[in-house]
Amino acid sequence: MRNEAKLLLSLGSFFGLMVAVYWFWSHENAGSVMMFCGMLLCFLPGSYYYFWSRRMKPRAEDDPNATQASGAGIVGTFPGTSIWPFTLGMGAFFVVLALVFGIWLLIPGLGLAFWAIIGGTAEGRRGGPH
Amino acid sequence: MTDVLDPPSVAERHEHHEEHGPTGILKWLTSTDHKVIGMSYTVTSIVMLVIGGAFAELIRAQLTTPNNNLVSLAQYNELFTMHGSVMIYLFMGPFAFGALANVIVPIQIGAPDMAFPRLNALSYWLYLTGAITMLSGFFVAGGAANFGWVAYAPLSNSVNTPGAGADLWIGGLLLTGFSAIFTGVNITATIFYLRAPGMTMFRMPIFTWNMLITAILILLAFPVLTAGLIMLYCDRHFGTHIFSVAGGGVPVLWQNIFWFWGHPEVYILALPVFGMVTEIIAVFSRKPVFGYKGMIFATITIGALSLGVWAHHMFTTGTVLLPFFSIMSLLIAVPTGIKMFNWIGTMWRGEVWFSTAMLMALGFLFTFLIGGLTGIYLASPPLDFFTHDTYFVVAHFHSVVMALMMGGMGALYYWGPKMTGYLLNEKIGKAQFWLLFIGTQVFTFPMYLLGLKGMPRRIGIYPNHPAWQNLNDWATVGAIMIGLSSVCFLVNIMYSWKKYPAGDNPWDGHTLEWFTTSPPPHHNFYRLPQIRSERPTWDYNHPGHSAAAHGHAGEVLIEKEPVS
Amino acid sequence: MSKVFRVEPPALPPQGVSVRTRRWRRVRRLAALPIAALALAGCTIPSFGASPGATTSSKSVFDLWQGFTIGAIIVGGITTVLIVWAVFRYRRKGDNIPKQSQYHVPLELTYTIIPVIIVLGLFAATLVVENKEVANPKTNVTINANAFQWGWKFTYPGQNVVVVGQTTQDPEMVMPVNENVHINLTSSDVIHGFYVHAFNFSRYALPGVLNQFTFRAVNTGTYDGQCTQLCGLYHSLMWFRVKVVTDSQYTTWLKSKANAAAAAAESAATNQQTSSVVPTKPTEGNS
Repeated sequence: MRNEAKLLLSLGSFFGLMVAVYWFWSHENAGSVMMFCGMLLCFLPGSYYYFWSRRMKPRAEDDPNATQASGAGIVGTFPGTSIWPFTLGMGAFFVVLALVFGIWLLIPGLGLAFWAIIGGTAEGRRGGPH
Repeated sequence: MTDVLDPPSVAERHEHHEEHGPTGILKWLTSTDHKVIGMSYTVTSIVMLVIGGAFAELIRAQLTTPNNNLVSLAQYNELFTMHGSVMIYLFMGPFAFGALANVIVPIQIGAPDMAFPRLNALSYWLYLTGAITMLSGFFVAGGAANFGWVAYAPLSNSVNTPGAGADLWIGGLLLTGFSAIFTGVNITATIFYLRAPGMTMFRMPIFTWNMLITAILILLAFPVLTAGLIMLYCDRHFGTHIFSVAGGGVPVLWQNIFWFWGHPEVYILALPVFGMVTEIIAVFSRKPVFGYKGMIFATITIGALSLGVWAHHMFTTGTVLLPFFSIMSLLIAVPTGIKMFNWIGTMWRGEVWFSTAMLMALGFLFTFLIGGLTGIYLASPPLDFFTHDTYFVVAHFHSVVMALMMGGMGALYYWGPKMTGYLLNEKIGKAQFWLLFIGTQVFTFPMYLLGLKGMPRRIGIYPNHPAWQNLNDWATVGAIMIGLSSVCFLVNIMYSWKKYPAGDNPWDGHTLEWFTTSPPPHHNFYRLPQIRSERPTWDYNHPGHSAAAHGHAGEVLIEKEPVS
Repeated sequence: MSKVFRVEPPALPPQGVSVRTRRWRRVRRLAALPIAALALAGCTIPSFGASPGATTSSKSVFDLWQGFTIGAIIVGGITTVLIVWAVFRYRRKGDNIPKQSQYHVPLELTYTIIPVIIVLGLFAATLVVENKEVANPKTNVTINANAFQWGWKFTYPGQNVVVVGQTTQDPEMVMPVNENVHINLTSSDVIHGFYVHAFNFSRYALPGVLNQFTFRAVNTGTYDGQCTQLCGLYHSLMWFRVKVVTDSQYTTWLKSKANAAAAAAESAATNQQTSSVVPTKPTEGNS
């Protein structure tokens, strides 16, 4: 956890330094704002990881001497096959086509998207079709 | 302490869903297995390569003679716009982080799947529908988008480019943009949370490291593009004036937004290939990656600097801070140089095996060296004023992307057996390499000279100018050779179809993907070796040959014979 | 095995130091060769495909180009030799496992620091030329260049002279030699690129932005210019010419143009005709 935090925080700090130099040198808005947001985007997860790295004991993947047995147990629940990503993708497709060909395409688009979100959530709660 | 765990204990690590689900088209539609999704990505992106390549050949055919009228000027504008768009948005990126990273990264770190398998599937569907959306521009009135792949405002507004083709281009890009963002989230989460025990950050293979930095860059850059596209759409349809002078907007803002995404995008395309090439060179030299940690810091440095160099595409606008962007862009040469010397150091005193994958990697080194050195010119504002928007720039980035293409092809020869279980024919592969390598040089060198002789890019016809015509003809010859090399690749796939079973570890690989079967089982591993360096499979297969300077050599306990 | 440059110092035999120095001398002698050849050739450094151009700043850009190219050839050459050597010297012959060396910190530091030095050198050279190029010295001649889809309009302020041309026939921007000529570049619609190849220079014509730069031509002649930034359908046809003439020719040209413009305006007034603002044929002198 600690190395992940260090990576993100150092990237964020570098962007912070860069945006400071850039802003005081050029006074250009667009680039400064975008770089500043980049810095925030690194600090957000980075500080979260840093917070937890101080409060939890190292995970097996952070321990250089870990054995495979130390990782025994459930890593996570992985869904089996699912039709909902495809449904949601098609929904997004129709939403984008609505931007081009007419607002009426939003009806199938949003319909499919909502159906997929409800279906996918229900599937997640059941733990997948298996 | 046992080194290798038997299947039941590994199966305990996650809820193991044996694959007894649907087959055929339903499997393709519903699978959330990262390997199936990765294969879908691979096939789709190669189809995109063929489409984009066909556009390229048409462009080169048009330029063989002055004042040619093979295609009209309007069609020419559509051709190069869609050539660039297809290659950058629909081939290179998805091929790198959708196809290869999707399959390889979870296996390299010993994970059972991506962190969010259903999100991963969604990424693929957004990519596929985005590609269809963008390409369908050819079938609407007014044709496909024709404002260049950079879509500079105000040329891309509704007055200068009316029609559905441009909107389809924006829509397709929105879809693929979200697809990329989701893949970035997925790769980052997978690498942060699903590593096998003992696989610390500084034991991850270089490819995985590069994909991590790529994923972070995706998360930093792609939202900016998506926001910019939404602004562009609002300008086109909702009467806003974000990029138009008439309503108080600023056209250069689009370039700032676009290149703030666009230059990190260059590294989003390049870093995965750097990783692929690193793995290939190390394995085919039978040596660990030279300067492993230096390589990682070089990658991080490239990622960090890449956010501060976007305006070197805008030197000639006269509205940017020249020295800042010049020094930042020049500095990127340093970590890139470190990588180059680390690759040489990896081969140094190794046992270099000229397999097709290794030849492709070497072709990458040469071609990328040329593309990298000419890139240094463009980081210098006076030289950029001199060559900007001429064929010199076209030649520069084609050297770079053709190098990336060679690296990507090498990766297909290297990891293809792992993904499919079958090797490709080496003879046809070598023919493909030589056509691709020589073709690339024959293609780019005349373009460098054309740029120096003042031929601007994106012109469909040029006046009668013997020197230009001569050079253009050579470039066309090179383009034909590159096209033939792609034909070789397709022929190779058909010829080698299920002919040469690969076995688990055909190249004596270093990393975890070579420890499992080819293709890997549903959740990737029946067993895992003890991980004590960034080369667990090598340590397992060659006890006593661990990296000397890296310690831990004595700690690798081997109790069972490797299963091959 | 010790025939080549050693990478790991611990494995170096005691006499290796002298081997290394001897080898260094040989390397230095070899490296001196091309430099000596260049010195022998005098000031005829090859042009590497570019040309010195026709303005003062184009000449310094050309010098910079030559400097960068020599650097690139040296760096690229060394790297290529190293790659080729590594590949062929160490090609696989049997089923050996080589020594698994992975780190050599001094070497890695060397090839980090040397590129940094090179980059700083290139940056310094860049700054010198760049400052010369973007400087706006005092000028006597000003030309307003305006780009539109798909042509150019050159206005000579205070002179009643306008040159317009598009697609079918290229307009000609006339400027005096050995004189600082100030260009005010604008665009009336989309982004265009003002590129004169012989001046080794290009600059965007942006709507809503005034871009200014100065040329000082040193040779007379007629040079091709073209729009380099994609600007729509007839981007390929957006050519113009720059004609550099002597001072007296320039004055004469200005006078004749102004007279023609006045005459045209008079006849237009008498004939009650209005001339189109953007002519399809290049009607020079229309105001």
